[in-house]
Amino acid sequence: MYNYPDSTGHFGQFGGIYMAETLIPAVEELAAQYLRYQNDPDFKAELAYELKHYVGRPSPIYHARRLSEHLGGAQIYLKREDLNHTGAHKINSAMGQALLARRMGKKRVIAETGAGMHGVATATVAARFGMECVVYMGAEDIQRQAPNVFRMKLLGATVVPVESGSKTLKDACNEAIRDWVTNVESTFYIFGTAAGPHPYPMMVRDFQCVIGNEARIQMPEMIGRQPDAVIACVGGGSNAIGLFHPYIEVPQVQIIGVEAGGFGIETGKHAAPLTANAKVGVLHGNKVYLMQDENGQITETHSISAGLDYPGVGPEHCLLKDIGRAQYVTSNDDEAIAAFDALCRFEGIIPALESSHALAHAIKIAPGMSTDKVLLVNLSGRGDKDMNTVAKLKGITL
Amino acid sequence: MSRIQAAFEKLKQQQRRALIPFFTAGDPSPALTVPLMHALVASGADVIELGVPFSDPMADGPTIQRASERALKKGVSLRSILEMVSEFRRQDNATPVVLMGYGNPIEAMGWEAFASRCQAVGVDGVLTVDFPPEESFEAFEHLQRHGIDPIFLLAPTTKEARIEQVAKLARGYVYYVSLKGVTGAGNLDLSAIEQKIPELRQHIKLPIGVGFGIRDAATAKAVAKLCDGVVVGSRIVQQIEDSTEQNVIANVSALVKELRLAIDQA
Ligand SMILES: Cc1ncc(COP(=O)(O)O)c(C=O)c1O
Repeated sequence: MYNYPDSTGHFGQFGGIYMAETLIPAVEELAAQYLRYQNDPDFKAELAYELKHYVGRPSPIYHARRLSEHLGGAQIYLKREDLNHTGAHKINSAMGQALLARRMGKKRVIAETGAGMHGVATATVAARFGMECVVYMGAEDIQRQAPNVFRMKLLGATVVPVESGSKTLKDACNEAIRDWVTNVESTFYIFGTAAGPHPYPMMVRDFQCVIGNEARIQMPEMIGRQPDAVIACVGGGSNAIGLFHPYIEVPQVQIIGVEAGGFGIETGKHAAPLTANAKVGVLHGNKVYLMQDENGQITETHSISAGLDYPGVGPEHCLLKDIGRAQYVTSNDDEAIAAFDALCRFEGIIPALESSHALAHAIKIAPGMSTDKVLLVNLSGRGDKDMNTVAKLKGITL
Repeated sequence: MSRIQAAFEKLKQQQRRALIPFFTAGDPSPALTVPLMHALVASGADVIELGVPFSDPMADGPTIQRASERALKKGVSLRSILEMVSEFRRQDNATPVVLMGYGNPIEAMGWEAFASRCQAVGVDGVLTVDFPPEESFEAFEHLQRHGIDPIFLLAPTTKEARIEQVAKLARGYVYYVSLKGVTGAGNLDLSAIEQKIPELRQHIKLPIGVGFGIRDAATAKAVAKLCDGVVVGSRIVQQIEDSTEQNVIANVSALVKELRLAIDQA
């Protein structure tokens, strides 16, 4: 039986609680409170209510028929997380964590964000429940995801630009941790992905598993069986683990995680620690495969998509890679852009650049498969936030 | 007897408190690190905490973040820092040296290789900010095999059960983080420290050093009254940042002498 993490937060050799002493009691308290409420009927009922009436779940599954016909191979189905309130899967976990924060009596929430979707989701639930909200965002990401910065501000959040390091997601994460260590008693850190110190990788996964749990019911309703493969993009790994986890013990379903290949693995300018066989290391509270130089300094990453531009990956994906249950591949920047264009033109859906990486892989493999095969792609978010980036690539100023 | 133990025994006989300056190795330049270490000792330092720069210093405020960035730009690595300690030891075989930083550079080298290099070059203690006891059992075996003391942090938020646990594992001295925050923060609360230290002493039999947020001679003196050693980091790193390569030794020496004087009056 697959049953991770263990009671100390380890997924095999990965995960754990690598935090400064000041925050250890905070993460221990969080783990205890999560354990307490995880199966609490009132908590579960409240979360189910919010997911249904506020987030708009269940999200549909859509058969991308024209795109599939065009490719002439496997049928591509999309799990439409882009249709959630706020436009991405991030709200599944932000909502769960906000409800927990309320039960823990925390009135202030903080978050890190890359693409801004997690920041928007956090600002949204903070507004929904009347909590103070501060979002840390790399200065470079503030540039490339400007619409989301404005959304967060409209929702009443304070957005703090982070100027240190590479000015992207990892640096935003460093700064959020610095805030937490300073305001540990008043503040709940709503973490954006299935990584970080225990219990975050487990807790975020559990909240995101609504994606895969729904799919396991929806796919048989639509096609009479489960898909042949489930495919999702992997930044920190939350949308992917949410889809994958319910399928881990369904052996006929292949599991494929798609990392950001950037300019190509061979260039070194990417954000694909799993595919590039990065060494095991420790960052942001957990032990994972981590892009680093020979001296253990974290190296700068590159991806067209801010949400995938991160040197590490959640611990459960590291384990799934090692035990061979999931396969990890990459889509490069240009492949993601091509997939983005294809979905716009063939299906009338504008996907997030993150999700476009998952789609690009499906587009790559579908033509080589027979037409009765089914690929389920997690469309983790919508692309409105990426208008500036895509326009710039096409040489257009908005 | 280890160098750390010997240093604290001697201080105890003299009824003095330890002055433990911190600075980031390689800042302002790798060539100045060993001269700075000697200058610290000449100005009254009892133990030196040498910072190992990391690309993502999550527990540090802006001052030490900038120092880490400067040092990394100058090409400093864990390997080159171990060489610096080796060079320091050619002239000083008594002053304890503790390496302080984050775990990943050590993970990358491998704990066994690291611990054996530490022993060979004369490092006495190792403090990894992001490796709590729970995640450090394997690391300790290697450190202990080579006679290197694992130095632990305790914080205002640490509860009694953890204090007990740390008491069992810690060697050398224990470092009490005097405030909730990052290095160099300004919210030091003396009465909170005064309350916490007796709680720590119930379990911790090692000397207790206090650091984070000690900004001047007056706070150093006030803190020294409450514990066995005072760690001063950001203030010294700030002095380095505000100096030129020509006057940095003189400026840091002057600051450390002032701190020494204040602590000895405690
Ligand atoms: C739409 C979307 N998909 C995917 C991601 C990547 O995160 P994760 O790997 O945690 O799902 C992000 C992150 O910002 C995102 O906004």
